[in-house]
Amino acid sequence: MINLKINGKEVQVPEGTTVLQAAGQVGVTIPTLCNHPDLHATGGCRICVVDVKGWRTPMASCTLPASEGMEVETHSPAILKSRKTILELLLANHPRDCLTCDVGGSCELQDLSYEYQVQVPEWGTKGTRYIADSDPNPFVRVDMNRCIQCTRCVRACTEIQGRFVWTMAERGFDTHPVPGADTDMLDARCESCGACVAYCPTGALSDKMSYGQGRTHQVKKVMTTCTFCGVGCQFELNVKDGRVIRVTSTEEAPVNGNHLCVKGRYGYDFIHHPDRLVKPKVRRYLIEGKKKKTKGKPWEWVETDWDTALDLAARKLHDVRTNFGADSIGVLTSAKCTNEENYVMNKFARQVLGTNNIDHCARL
Amino acid sequence: MKTKRAMILVSNDPESIRLGANEVVQHLNEALASYDLQDEVDVSTISDVGYSNILPLVIVYPDTVVYGPVKASDARYLVEEHLYKGRVVNDLLAPPKALTGPIGFLRGHKGYNPAEQRVVLERAGRIDPESIEEFISANGYEALGKALSELTPEGVIEIIEKSGLQGRGGAGFPTGRKWRFVRGAKGEKKYVVCNADESEPGTFKDRLVLEGDPHLIIEAMVIAGYAIGADEGYIYIRGEYGLAYQHLETAIAQAKEYGFLGDNIFGTDFCFNIHVHAGAGAYVCGEETALIESIEGKRGEPRSRPPYPTTNGLWDKPTLVNNVETLANIPPILRNGADWYKSLGTPSSPGTKVYTIMGNVNFRGVIEVPMGITLREVINIYAKGMKPGSILKLAQTGGSSGSIIPADLQDTPMDFESFRKAGVSLGSGALLICDQHTCIVDLVKVLLQFFRFESCGKCTPCRVGAQRIYEITKRLTQGQGEIADLDIALDLISEMERTSNCGLGQTAGTAFRGMMTHFREEVEAHILNRVCPTGVCSMDPETAQSDYIFITQEK
Repeated sequence: MINLKINGKEVQVPEGTTVLQAAGQVGVTIPTLCNHPDLHATGGCRICVVDVKGWRTPMASCTLPASEGMEVETHSPAILKSRKTILELLLANHPRDCLTCDVGGSCELQDLSYEYQVQVPEWGTKGTRYIADSDPNPFVRVDMNRCIQCTRCVRACTEIQGRFVWTMAERGFDTHPVPGADTDMLDARCESCGACVAYCPTGALSDKMSYGQGRTHQVKKVMTTCTFCGVGCQFELNVKDGRVIRVTSTEEAPVNGNHLCVKGRYGYDFIHHPDRLVKPKVRRYLIEGKKKKTKGKPWEWVETDWDTALDLAARKLHDVRTNFGADSIGVLTSAKCTNEENYVMNKFARQVLGTNNIDHCARL
Repeated sequence: MKTKRAMILVSNDPESIRLGANEVVQHLNEALASYDLQDEVDVSTISDVGYSNILPLVIVYPDTVVYGPVKASDARYLVEEHLYKGRVVNDLLAPPKALTGPIGFLRGHKGYNPAEQRVVLERAGRIDPESIEEFISANGYEALGKALSELTPEGVIEIIEKSGLQGRGGAGFPTGRKWRFVRGAKGEKKYVVCNADESEPGTFKDRLVLEGDPHLIIEAMVIAGYAIGADEGYIYIRGEYGLAYQHLETAIAQAKEYGFLGDNIFGTDFCFNIHVHAGAGAYVCGEETALIESIEGKRGEPRSRPPYPTTNGLWDKPTLVNNVETLANIPPILRNGADWYKSLGTPSSPGTKVYTIMGNVNFRGVIEVPMGITLREVINIYAKGMKPGSILKLAQTGGSSGSIIPADLQDTPMDFESFRKAGVSLGSGALLICDQHTCIVDLVKVLLQFFRFESCGKCTPCRVGAQRIYEITKRLTQGQGEIADLDIALDLISEMERTSNCGLGQTAGTAFRGMMTHFREEVEAHILNRVCPTGVCSMDPETAQSDYIFITQEK
């Protein structure tokens, strides 16, 4: 264990802990922008600099390993001034479009500017350098004017999704992320998982489908499990005025954390689709107690309630089992169901119906 | 081996080749054949000898007559007169003034020979860089043999430590201590990396070694590997150094063949291999951690430190990164001993330093002199004084990131300690000498333009800060400056010095700061009088153009 002092408070941490993590242990919050607990730390944005006794210059706490006897000062006047300067530099060439930006209210740059009371400086770049909404990807909206070059998108794509779509291009003031060799995202083999969007601290990368439809503070977030497959990813449905406008990932999800696939993150448009069945339907003859037609136009579908529909299904299964035996019935379950749902179907087949005819689509 | 009566050396550095050195060699050979002298006279090539105004150079031994510049059409006449008839061709002789420059072996020219102290450049320009035999005959690989057969790794480090050698890349870190750190670092696998990414503008000291004496670096790296316990080395060479790359590849192949490299060197258990890795033109890759990232195949961006490369370097293994000039000092130190080395230079900075002289002086080129000589001596003796009509206004040491030294500091001894005391840096050894016609604001603008372009873009202070200071300086040259801008820039520079991730951002504002310290009046004239005292700056707002194409412009 390593003993160090943060703002005069003694703290003991295991070897390999960064100063940023150690500060968190004693309740000291050091601001960060390029750092994210899921991603490899790079120390690029320099907002997390702290004074360390014995060092000539302030050090980036996100990459600085805690060492024995270290004395760290996280909020000295000089450090606060440095952070303000860094924020000014970031804001100087940032567009002044917070009023219409999708992530207003949930933007890390905005939060820090508020915390440190930094205004957009007058001496900034007077113009727009990149085309807004520059990428044809149907799910991800790219606006490089808002980018602060933190490289979180690059690291998310590399370290979490493993697709290596984003890379940094150019040097100096022109540095910015590009997909592939400065092509478009899909051409750079993007799977549209939206991890880059989830990790972007500003509005540079945002969700295109929900752009302009609601900000974070305007929505109610409902935690749910994804219905697309059996992995069991969880995410938050962002509900505004009774409609799901967006899906956001959350580190609270036990299975997947912030990671989602394209279906989980962007495949939510079926929820409010007019073609979606929201009530069960049965053939009219079943309700009216008539016979099934063998010729001509079949009986039409009619909407009914769940009890009626389930009763009908149970009765028909019972009839088949009585007349032809349990082994005349087979049950096929799905990989899209959870383990628990598949287990229940197994019980249903073997114990309720009395047959071993149960199989799973993954065998095909 | 046949004994030859004479030897002709032709310089074949890239500049000479551009000016037709290859044709000169071809015509010399043809001419020799036509006089039936091919068995008596050998034609060989040497690398750059340290200056550029009389290339291509032809030197005839054993007479030590230097001709230059020589054209292909002169070759036949030269062979006929000098080698067939035995008369020196006066028309082709290199002009005596230029000749008296850096070439140590040209001391025959009395009256024009400022003494150099060649340790690093001992062989460069004297031996054929593509011949291992010539290297060996000039004490080559002697130090390696001594290290492997007489010394323990600990003993090698002790000698280096005792010699007081300091890193020649710019920072002046004690080399022996660095070696000890890497030797003491935990880990089975260790690496030696030679930083040959000489990208500081106006610095050509490493090129002379790499092109003219490539075996020296190989020898030094193997010694370093033996001392720190590494079995693999990388030479990260600047991408533009095509000839140096070729010479290194040739030298590595020859050294392997002779058993100085590869398995069981000198018949011992020690094995060492070297790879050459060419850079791709980024200035920042001269920074050791960016260089390591680049070797690993990643974008050349400096890492956050600590941890340092001495414990977590290439492929996360303990790594020794040394500059070419630093390594080139190792074999001479082992051969001659630490006490010999300490007798050169000053007590706090022993040894020699290679300087590249540029600017408004009579001689421009590379010299190697003991540490501690003054700028005045360099200008008056080695650079042959300022150009006619020129008066020294300032000098810049150490390339773009170096310091501005006003004329009144020219008597400061040039060594690490004296410069540190004077608040300036020695850097890579580039000396830019400027006369009274140089506008300091314009000079700083050019330097900042370099930094805003060469910043890797990783950390905010450097990426945006360099751009901002550049914009402010550019406004000064266009007559648009404000007094308040100066304080904004100075404040920004001090934040860049504090919070930048690497030396690039930390030193980007050094020149601006030097300008404000030593030439404030001249800067204020640009603002208050809207006049450039030297008449260099346009002071014309009409020329104010943005460096960026904006899609939309804010009003």
